[in-house]
Amino acid sequence: MTAPTTDPRPEERTNRDAGNWAKPVDRLSAEGVAGAKVDSVSGKRVSGPLQGFGQLWQKTFRVPLDGAEIEPAALIAMWKERFPTFWPGGARFYAPLAGIAPGEVALMDIPPVPGSPIKLSTGVMVLYADDESFTFTTPEGHNLSAWITFSSFRDGDVTVAQAQALERTSDPLDELAYMMGANRMNDRFWKQTMENLARYVGVASPAVATQVVCIDKHRQWKQARNIRNSSILRTARHTLTAPIRWITRRG
Amino acid sequence: MTATVIELDQEGPASILRIEGDITSGSEGDLMAAYGLATANGASAVILDFSKLEYMNSGGIGLLVTLLVRAQRGGSRLIATGLTEHYREIFSLTRLDEAIEIHDDEATAVAAATT
Repeated sequence: MTAPTTDPRPEERTNRDAGNWAKPVDRLSAEGVAGAKVDSVSGKRVSGPLQGFGQLWQKTFRVPLDGAEIEPAALIAMWKERFPTFWPGGARFYAPLAGIAPGEVALMDIPPVPGSPIKLSTGVMVLYADDESFTFTTPEGHNLSAWITFSSFRDGDVTVAQAQALERTSDPLDELAYMMGANRMNDRFWKQTMENLARYVGVASPAVATQVVCIDKHRQWKQARNIRNSSILRTARHTLTAPIRWITRRG
Repeated sequence: MTATVIELDQEGPASILRIEGDITSGSEGDLMAAYGLATANGASAVILDFSKLEYMNSGGIGLLVTLLVRAQRGGSRLIATGLTEHYREIFSLTRLDEAIEIHDDEATAVAAATT
């Protein structure tokens, strides 16, 4: 048995990660974002893996940047700067004017299926950022309650880029969509993103390794009420009422 | 980067994991092994003492989520103590404070574990 340690007092110490984390916020604000037509994030709370409904998954997408002469910190700096350019076509990411930094909010429009003219409007907050990684958290109303971390490290002589998500679907409707194919589409989205990133730094034939682990197979039924913020329902409502808004504008 | 050092103590029905150094995704093996030892004797609660935590990144907080899920599925309570104001803010930011009990000091954490 070891005696409890009381010195130094926790509140008197400064932690090395202090500048890397966002400050707690009650409600998000997307004021620092330009270009997006719809802001469905302002006024919402953040919603991480603990607040979601569906099974909890950890997904890792890793690509060795063979032959690319770039250090992890340089890769992450570039990735933050050019983040939207690596996304597959059809999805839009409206970066915060202040860049990808702790506490900043970004908006995005994502097609529910590839090629769809309808877009799910949502966003993310930068939860954490340092020289070799950055993490987004989703807001309420996003189809996933998730944290996703983009990082880079050295493996021998090779720089490796990695995206790792800890995610649950947010509500029963999202879980149904996930089981009917949205899960695989999401995986393809990040695999393509990593391939695009690797090609940008000069990797001719990137090989993305994907690892998917179910952390919790149980669904959190107490979170089923998240459906009141459902991005699917909101988008459907917005689409169905579009003719009414059009007539109102003309009248 | 500092290594993670985890010391295991027993206090009544609770096991105490004293965490020193850094918690990152690289701490997974050490943390999960320590948790396995902490619950091997049937402890109904595991107290995580963060008073010597020096650094935690987003990989580390993800690890705590994984640990929480493991505790919930195993029927154990997870209790945190020794958090600096900074780490309390991170627990609030990530809404981990909605799922893990937080106590100011070890005595109240142990008392809570026995109730």
